[in-house]
Amino acid sequence: MKINKEEVDHVAHLSRLEFSEEEVEKFTLQMDKILSYIDKLNQVNTTGVEPMTHAIPTANAFREDIVTPSLTDDAALVNGPEIRDGSFRVPKVIE
Amino acid sequence: MELNQLTIHALRDRLRAGETTAVAAAESVFARIDAVEEKIHAYISLVRDEALKTAVDADRRIQNGDQSDLCGIPVALKDILCTQGFKTTCGSHILHNFVPPYDATVVTALKQAGAVLVGKTNMDEFAMGSSTETSWFGVTRNPWDPDRIPGGSSGGSAAAVAADECIASLGTDTGGSIRQPASLCGVVGMKPTYGRVSRFGLIAFASSLDQIGPFTKDVEDCAIMMNTICAYDPKDSTSVKVDVPDYKSFLNKDIVGWTVGIPQEYFQAGIDPEVLAAVKKATAVVEAAGARCVEVTLPHTDYCVAVYYIVATAEASSNLARYDGVKFGHRAENARDLLKMYKKTRSEGFGAEVKRRIMLGTYALSSGYYDAYYKKASQVRARVKEDFDNAFRQCDVILTPTSPTPAFKLGEKTDDPLQMYLSDIYTISANLAGIPGISVPCGFSTRGLPIGVQFLAGHFAEGKLLRIAHVYEQCAAIEKRRPAL
Repeated sequence: MKINKEEVDHVAHLSRLEFSEEEVEKFTLQMDKILSYIDKLNQVNTTGVEPMTHAIPTANAFREDIVTPSLTDDAALVNGPEIRDGSFRVPKVIE
Repeated sequence: MELNQLTIHALRDRLRAGETTAVAAAESVFARIDAVEEKIHAYISLVRDEALKTAVDADRRIQNGDQSDLCGIPVALKDILCTQGFKTTCGSHILHNFVPPYDATVVTALKQAGAVLVGKTNMDEFAMGSSTETSWFGVTRNPWDPDRIPGGSSGGSAAAVAADECIASLGTDTGGSIRQPASLCGVVGMKPTYGRVSRFGLIAFASSLDQIGPFTKDVEDCAIMMNTICAYDPKDSTSVKVDVPDYKSFLNKDIVGWTVGIPQEYFQAGIDPEVLAAVKKATAVVEAAGARCVEVTLPHTDYCVAVYYIVATAEASSNLARYDGVKFGHRAENARDLLKMYKKTRSEGFGAEVKRRIMLGTYALSSGYYDAYYKKASQVRARVKEDFDNAFRQCDVILTPTSPTPAFKLGEKTDDPLQMYLSDIYTISANLAGIPGISVPCGFSTRGLPIGVQFLAGHFAEGKLLRIAHVYEQCAAIEKRRPAL
């Protein structure tokens, strides 16, 4: 096995997802199958090959530090599930 | 012919000649939607009232001599493109109530051109899928056979054009999500070069691969749409400052003396015999038009799907971290603390395929596995790009099948993610290399299902693609059929 249930549980936590026992079992099998397939990458000799992270050569896109029109506070908040006093409200962070 | 069945250029000519109006065209499209949408489900939402208002404006513009090709043309948008004031869901429960406060740059461009936005089309959730079956809003059916999938992830945009529920549409292509559904629905679909079209206002899936492109009824229409959507945009830091030619200038040219590369790796086991025969026939058509076909090799083809499912999922796991129930979208109720709220919100809001990909991507980026998966995949990606660089030293364009099979049955691959992933085997490589590709109809299977041929070219050579695709379309003269609905 490439991946076991404990690892799937750990990755679920990192992903901020939670699963039922049944789902974990299904995901473990599916991920194992996919990871086994991905193992074929090891057949390719990549010694000294620079990893390609962009589809085309890119450079940092700089612009002058000038204020341009942007969203109003109201427009930025309009989709918030819970809004109070111009802020996004969330459940308690610290016990 | 009804107005909704026309191409952009045919409808434009009638509008300019005063033979019809943009309002009549919009009404014709909505009448078609009312008649067939129940069977197809190409749309997640319609913007009927707004469309009719825009059509009135367009008619006024045309009367005043507006020369925009898209003025008054009914167009549909994949529901991954932000539309100010109109719900944009990305096919997901987690964004079921999201109303963007701004327009995507391509939406602004279409509006300025006078296009009439008809509605937002269905898609695999967050564009993750090859069949439009993972949408939270239900499946889209293939207009040529409602028991089959339209392809994906832009299945709604492809089906809407094929079923004449709009004149043209926009989709997005991360691993084939424009070209594969175009092929399966019998329409033209183009993925431009990475960086050619602004991604500002496109909900991100895999940022180094995503690109917006058009679905149209013919190649000329594709050139028209490209003229409108391609531009440098300072709002997208990956947008490239390269001159945009007039894409219409590549139409009605010849391909005499061109070299067309045929990559042997795309014609091996797994390809449906009818697809193989149709694509072989396409090869003969371009040869008869004066091109020379040569064998080329893309030796790392067999690794593309594996590279893609590491790179795309890794980027997705990072991009989708923003859906946390705080600033927009669904939020789970009654969560005691922030961590619980995150977990409940995301577990309720995302579907199974999205969760699977977030998990896979998180795993590939996690401590101890990064080198084995993400770094390795990025290195093999460089080899894939090298393959294309070498091939384009020997040929002008590459010709391949778009998809290994015609449209498959609904539910056929939903239980086997790997089989689903392998249906993108001929399209993924272009996204990895960042090159443009176009799928053009090249025939029908004996069951009457459309088959597509794909042309690929080097970076920013969309003009070459339109030129050969237009020659092919004219010379092949594939029988004009419409799906019986």
